Amino acid sequence: MSTTPNKPVAGKKPDKGFVYLPLIAGWLVPGAGHFLLGKWVRGTLLAVSIVAMFVLGLVMQGKLYTSVSEILDLLGVAGDLGSGLLYVISRGLGLGAQPIQTTVADYGTKFIVVAGLLNIIAAVDAHNLRTGRKSL
Amino acid sequence: MIHPSHFTAVLLFALFASTVFGITMRDTPVKMFRYGAYCFALFIGSAIVLSWVMFLIMR
Repeated sequence: MSTTPNKPVAGKKPDKGFVYLPLIAGWLVPGAGHFLLGKWVRGTLLAVSIVAMFVLGLVMQGKLYTSVSEILDLLGVAGDLGSGLLYVISRGLGLGAQPIQTTVADYGTKFIVVAGLLNIIAAVDAHNLRTGRKSL
Repeated sequence: MIHPSHFTAVLLFALFASTVFGITMRDTPVKMFRYGAYCFALFIGSAIVLSWVMFLIMR
């Protein structure tokens, strides 16, 4: 199985315009960064994966981190914030506010955090596509 | 509210994480699929192995 990492595209000039737009859009809305670059299939797969993971976390009664009083909670907030508008909307609707009482709910909390972290990876990938560090 | 089994939770986690890893870590669709499948197999395989290790330690 090949596990060769990506190589930068040598000699490719970065495009004009606001290069951080796919990064910001991809962070706010999962997959949006790839949609802006015309990568519809990749964007759809990323959006479905990240949104499904976030929603599954919520329906498993996972908790959204809100407190920053402890260092571990701060890390949880940072992970959750990676989901962008999903986190903001869920907080606004009062979802994920109940305390964790079951093992599955703890798994759900991890699903939510990892969905945010995966969304950050996806947004950075869109940025790399935009700047030419990764070939389109 | 849903309460999946632990193994179902592992399967779902591995599926979604592997999809994102495959797309973001490789350039071409074929390499993406291969790397995603590789990550998925490692997720599931390591979960099964660690489960047996914990089971044997517990006895």
